[in-house]
Order: sequence, then structure tokens, then C-alpha cells
Amino acid sequence: MSAWLRQHQRAFAAAWRRMAQQPLVSIFSVLVIGIALSLPTALFVALQNFNALAGRVNAEPQLSLYMANSASAAETQQIETQIKARNDVASYRFIPRDQALKEMKDSAGIADVLTALEKNPLPDAFIIRAKSSKPEALAAMREDILKWPKVEHVQLDSAWAKKLASLNSLAQNAVFLLALILGVALVAITGNTIRLQILTQKDEIEVGKLIGATNSFIRRPYLYFGALQGLLGGLCALAIVFFSARWLGANLIELLQLYDSDYHITPLTPRHGAMITAIATLLGWLGAYGSVSLYFRKMLSR
Amino acid sequence: MIDFNNVSVRYANGFEALKNITLAVNKGEMVFITGHSGAGKSTLLKLIAGVESASRGTVNVNGQNVGALRESALAVLRRNIGLVFQDHKLLFDRNVFENIALPLYIGDYTPSEVGKRVRAALDKVGLLGREKHNPVMLSGGEQQRLCLARAIVNRPSILIADEPTGNLDAEYATQIVDLFKSFNQVGVTTLISTHDAAMIEKLKPRTIHLDHGKLIP
Repeated sequence: MSAWLRQHQRAFAAAWRRMAQQPLVSIFSVLVIGIALSLPTALFVALQNFNALAGRVNAEPQLSLYMANSASAAETQQIETQIKARNDVASYRFIPRDQALKEMKDSAGIADVLTALEKNPLPDAFIIRAKSSKPEALAAMREDILKWPKVEHVQLDSAWAKKLASLNSLAQNAVFLLALILGVALVAITGNTIRLQILTQKDEIEVGKLIGATNSFIRRPYLYFGALQGLLGGLCALAIVFFSARWLGANLIELLQLYDSDYHITPLTPRHGAMITAIATLLGWLGAYGSVSLYFRKMLSR
Repeated sequence: MIDFNNVSVRYANGFEALKNITLAVNKGEMVFITGHSGAGKSTLLKLIAGVESASRGTVNVNGQNVGALRESALAVLRRNIGLVFQDHKLLFDRNVFENIALPLYIGDYTPSEVGKRVRAALDKVGLLGREKHNPVMLSGGEQQRLCLARAIVNRPSILIADEPTGNLDAEYATQIVDLFKSFNQVGVTTLISTHDAAMIEKLKPRTIHLDHGKLIP
């Protein structure tokens, strides 16, 4: 076995021994880290699912033009001619009122209610895809079309999708900020645990230095300790999120099914799980490194 | 082997522990450092191991200027110096074997080599069979011998002892002195600070006397 590997094996064993020497303290530290990390991890999972749901929404620059119920076929035909003549229209689709009713019956889960109606309450509609996606151009187009005869309502379909995207972006930044704050907390928790360890093992460090240990030799078991604590904390966070998602997921699916949605909760992927534990391990290592370096700077002049 | 060139040590509070010390210790020599409390004996020994730094002058050990060494080079130098302390500096959360093995773990010896060397060191200081005992179960003299075993387990070329018999009764002190003598006889350069007149009388070594940080010729 190479000398390098043996040194690391000894340091790793020493780190485990130190954890095992104070099992309760170790378990509580790992739990604190796990709970702290579970919050951004859970929000990350929620956001992922929110993104997946939002992805089903069409965010193209689109307007829905609804004719008045009193509009005749000729008047509707006239509107179609006007749409065709516009330069700012990329494409359009006409949805006759009968087709709209049929689609609604098929998809919205309120077929019974719609069948009970005496007459079709839906108007003829045009779905217009604009060439420009600029909000000003779309707003101007909407205002212009609204002036046409027998046009009851024009809706900018992309507006709320954009609001959703903006909300999503805000949530993403909030999760990132929260992860950053709790990441710093993890570094502080590990750093403090290591600081307390150093205080109890001051003699060992002093003797080690006197008999020829380098700073890296002394630092190594603490780094392993911090990394181990981070790793176990990360795994604890994944377990918390996994079981929470399973528990809450069943209720959410039930709720979505009431809205005729076949959506299923996307759990944390193995790649994301590995990434979170790797980050937790790194942060634990970082906390330990900072704490030991601080000690070296404060206590040992050389 | 060890050269002090016009060395002075002044602490932050202004106290001058050593004043213009110039001396040389040859390879394989045994040197006793005497003087009253606060004369600078411990400071002089600490300079050799790089535990203290000279405010002025240079300390050379095996041709290396100790004060100019980087952290890693200083650690390597210390592995070649066996240190024996008056307060032993033993680790009481480890047994006798683990206390002695500490320098070998640092020096990265294989487990079988560690076992061999620890038993050899224990044999030399007369503590063979006590490997699994906790140091707290040992008497003062045995603890000092344990400290000595830890100092020599790495087979250093220099042995430094700061008041090694200070807390021991006459019988234990004689045992320790005999051990130092035996290590010196196999070529280990030995420097011992002491108040123990009987030890000096017995060994008749070269003696350096310090008085208020100054070397007394």
C-alpha cells in the first residue's frame, strides 16, 4: 500500500473513531445539517415539478379572439379576411363554437354540466399567433383587433405564461439564496463542531507538532470528519425529502386527478441526489478546513 | 551538528531570555545545561527544535538554519529530534503502545514496522508488557520512561530533555539518567537541562551554565 494511501486511511479511521466516541453529539450534528439542507432540497424538488407543470403551458406570443355570440357567419368570415390581411400575424386557427364545446366536454371533466345547457354558450374563436413576441407590439395588436365589429374579447394568452415564468424565476432565485444561506450555516455548524473537537484535542495537536507532524497531517482527520459529517447530513436531507415527497405526493396526485390531470410528482433524480451530497460533503470539508486553519493561525506561530 | 551564532531571544513583553549565545555541540556529544529557574535553559532547547524563534542570530542544526525553515521542513527536522519533557506530555486517551507509536504514524511506517519499533523502544526503557496500559496507570518514573521511549522510537540523532528528572525521586532519576547515558553511548547527541547536581556528578558531562540568559564561561 502506498504511503499516501496509508496516511489517508489512518486519517479516515481517526475521523470515524472521533465520531463514534461521541455518538449522540455526532447524530445531532448530522441531524441539524440534514434538516438545514432538506429545506432548499425540498424547495428544489417543488420547483422542478412546478417547472414541469408550467412547461405544459403554451408561452408563445398568442392572442385568442372571441366573436360576439350574435355574430353571423358572414361577419365571422369578414374577421377572418381581416386577420389574413395583417402583416403581423404569423398564423391563425379558427375554432368554431361547436368544436370548442366538444373539446371542452372532452377535456375539462364538466361534460355533465355542459350537456345540461340548453344552448352552446361558447363563441366562435380565432387563435392568432403573432410574429412579434414583444409585449408592446402584442398589446397594440390586441387594441387594434378589439375595434373590429362583433369582436367581443381579445385575450393575450402569453401574458399569464410570462407572469408564471417570472414567478418561477423569482422562486428559483429564492431557492438559490436560501441554499446559499443554509450552505453557510452548514459550514458554520461543521466549523463549530471541529472547533470544539480541537479544544478537547489540544494536547494531541501540541504533542503532534512537537514530534514532527506537519499541519496537513494534523488537519487531515478533521477534514475527513467535516466531510463525513457533511456527507451524512446530505444523505439525511435526501432521506427527509424522499419520504416527505412520498407522503405529500400521494395527496397531491389525488388533488390533480380531480382536475383530470395525469401529472405525477417527479422525485429527486440520482444525479441531483449525488450533486446535493457532494455539495454537502464539500461544505463540511470547507467548515473543517476553516476551523483548523483558524486554530493554526491563532495558536501555533509556526 | 548544533551551532548557536550570537543568538538572542526577546519576548513580546520585553523580557530577554537569551543574550548573545554562541556555542557548538558536536555529533555524539552529551551536554548538560544548568542554571537557575528562568536562566534560559528551556528556551535554548526549544530553539533547537524550532519551538521558539531567535530574535537575533541563527541556530543551525545539521547544517540547516532552524529559524528559516518552512513549516514542512521544520516538521521533518523535528522527526530527527527526540524530545523529553518534564511534564511528559503524554496522551491519556491512548494506551502506552499508541503513545509511543505516534511519531511512527507521523513518519508513515508500516503497521508491522510500527509494532517492531514500539516493542524495541519499550524494551529499552523497561516497559515491555505494558503496551495496553493507560499512561495514567504508570508511576511518575514510568511515565518519564514512556516519554523517553516515544522520543527514541524514531531513532533520532539528537535527544533533547528538559528537566527530565525534575519530578522524580532519586531511584527513578538514576534509572532515567542511565537510559540517557546508554542512548548517548550509541551516538545520539544528547542535551539535557537540569538542576540535578547528582546527575552531573555521576555522568561528568560537558556542562553549559546559563545565568540570566547569558552563557557563563
